[in-house]
Amino acid sequence: MTKNIMIVGVGGQGSLLASKLLGRLLMNQGNDVKVSEVHGMSQRGGSVVTYVRYGEKVYSPIIDKGQADFIISFEKLEAARWLTYLKKGGKIIVNTQEIDPMPVIIGAAEYPADLVDKMKNAGADVDAIDALSLANEAGSSKAVNIVLMGRLSKYFDATEDAWMEALEACVPPKFLELNKKAFMLGRNA
Amino acid sequence: MKQLMLGNTAIARGLYEAGVGVASSYPGTPSTEVTEEIAKYDEVYSEWAPNEKVAMEVAFGASLAGKRSFCGMKHVGLNVAADPLFTISYIGVNAGMVILVADDPGMHSSQNEQDSRHYAKASKVPMLEPSDSAECLEFAKLAFDISEEFDTPVFIKTCTRIAHSQSIVETGERVERPVKPYVKDIPKNVMMPGNARKKHPIVEKRMADLEAYAEKSPINRVEMGGTKLGIITSSTSYQYVKEVYGEEASILKLGMVWPLPTKMIKDFASKVEKVIVIEELDPFIEEFCNKIGVEVSGKELLPMIDEFSQNLIAKAMGKEACEGISIDENIPVRPPVMCAGCPHRGLFYTLSKNKCTVLGDIGCYTLGAVAPLNAMEVNACMGASISSIHGFNKALGEESEGKTVAVIGDSTFMHSGMTGLANVAYNQSNSTIVIVDNSITGMTGHQQNPLTGLNIKGDPAGHIDLEALCKAMGFNRVRVVDPYNLAETDKVLKEELAAKEPSVIISRRPCALLKYVKHNPPIKCNPDKCKSCKSCMRLGCPAISMKNNKAHIDETLCVGCNVCKQLCAFDALEGNE
Repeated sequence: MTKNIMIVGVGGQGSLLASKLLGRLLMNQGNDVKVSEVHGMSQRGGSVVTYVRYGEKVYSPIIDKGQADFIISFEKLEAARWLTYLKKGGKIIVNTQEIDPMPVIIGAAEYPADLVDKMKNAGADVDAIDALSLANEAGSSKAVNIVLMGRLSKYFDATEDAWMEALEACVPPKFLELNKKAFMLGRNA
Repeated sequence: MKQLMLGNTAIARGLYEAGVGVASSYPGTPSTEVTEEIAKYDEVYSEWAPNEKVAMEVAFGASLAGKRSFCGMKHVGLNVAADPLFTISYIGVNAGMVILVADDPGMHSSQNEQDSRHYAKASKVPMLEPSDSAECLEFAKLAFDISEEFDTPVFIKTCTRIAHSQSIVETGERVERPVKPYVKDIPKNVMMPGNARKKHPIVEKRMADLEAYAEKSPINRVEMGGTKLGIITSSTSYQYVKEVYGEEASILKLGMVWPLPTKMIKDFASKVEKVIVIEELDPFIEEFCNKIGVEVSGKELLPMIDEFSQNLIAKAMGKEACEGISIDENIPVRPPVMCAGCPHRGLFYTLSKNKCTVLGDIGCYTLGAVAPLNAMEVNACMGASISSIHGFNKALGEESEGKTVAVIGDSTFMHSGMTGLANVAYNQSNSTIVIVDNSITGMTGHQQNPLTGLNIKGDPAGHIDLEALCKAMGFNRVRVVDPYNLAETDKVLKEELAAKEPSVIISRRPCALLKYVKHNPPIKCNPDKCKSCKSCMRLGCPAISMKNNKAHIDETLCVGCNVCKQLCAFDALEGNE
């Protein structure tokens, strides 16, 4: 049975590194893996989504509505936007950070309130976490992506060593310690 | 070795293993990474060409000289390269020549949704279409063999979901190819009418031979399952079909989408009760089936617009599709925006303030068209800003000359702006052209170009002097401004719009995302001084928002460009004195 993980957020938040890490880990575990990314114009601060699928044999590179076992959202509004992709019984991990989209910045729309509660009330299994504070604690606001991967690892059947091995393969040596710290902060939060 | 690889990286690997010697491309999403990955192999000469036509002709020259060659582009890039394509098809190759074209169904990063398979048919060039990264690698190697066996360039066609999806590939070793000696052969290589007339029948014979090849090639394969339904498909659609149907339907999976195998399609259709063609965009395979008398359904069930997915196909076929949960909430859209510190922002603010009519071009600066700047009014294709402002001003004369501006990026200018500029200089329209020089090809992810002085590997290269070039083309008025300096930009714009002759303004400041660009500390808003006038909000900077009715600067985004400070009449925005 193919398992589905979506990583959603705002262009520039580092979703490509997160999906690279996840893809690496899942392949090392002996899975067939497909990862579908967004490059190009949408990356310029737009809503971005990455699909990670794994299992014995994976066909489609993308995940459709109602299919995601996990959604990891790097930003709260994006969690609400992509919630409809969550499978019944799936889990959505939400960074509670708010990044205003342009319609909100220019006053044409409002950033919706109480999104985490609204998602919970709709029946979603929501794990909300302040990943930005943890990333800052690890040493860089840019490590939000790895904090959230650490959080995901709590629900995953993979050893800490396996995650660290994947991290070492994906992160440049000079940022490795920072990212390891960010990962553990997310995992233990 | 087994690796998880992007489709684009896998194509580069396949080209490398096949012994490619020369690669020349112009960047374009979703094709760019192929050439970036080739550039990592020292055995291969690689380069960014100024545009796709040049890239294809470079690859043609290298093939003639006897080295396997490659050029890659996005779908609209193939429009630019169409001129050499149609005639190189007649001439053929010496060493193999492979052309990548990457379509973008769904227009993730494109201005149209054209289907490049029509080019294969029109130019009489075979086209392979991989459906995952393993096939990307395999087909790249096969394409060279086909090219040399049939004396033709060969297309590899991808789409965004193939190019930008990672899947597992098995890599091999590179096979070095000896240079095939170049032989002077005027009847083969000089396409003047007398020779071309003799070549055309040879090309038609080649297509017949290629169709015979397609009938037996293992990349076109039948996967027999249930016989109630037969599906003809290719590319990423094949993956969605497998996801929905598994073994329930029989599938004819085409790895070669031109020429198509008539006999194989007829045989397949005879073994199943009904046939459906599942293909993104145009009914290309469907129309071929109609032509050869095979009854199929296709576009009456499936859309010609946008990309497919497993749910879309399931629903179209009357099968159950997954539904997700949602909340009853109006979720604001999050379109792409110019980055905090983007040098284009100051320019577009100034153009907006001066109520200019802006004819735009292709690049990050196309985002000058979105709110709150709303400063770009027209955008068609690479280079069109300069050519069309000339037509605009010739049509309206003084009525438009004093307020109309063309905006084009540095890389786009080198791509196809120069010929338009020559026309302005030659036929003398009183046009004002702004070249936004951010010292990189930005939107496709930072590629070098002839104005940056660096090559694809980041090593020193030839450097074209933009000011000297414009002057040499006949422009007396060539001004350079820093778009972070709003007063200067405004002054120069007004002067050049008022001038009674054509002028070029170079708005120069490197992209804020370039690694070598040093950022200033973030600006801070002093809430005691902020009068909530929202002047700074007119910039559309993603780092600025209103919190508790005061301007608020997001310190994680702000790069201290100081443009907002220049708009604050109350000195509320502080820092970077």
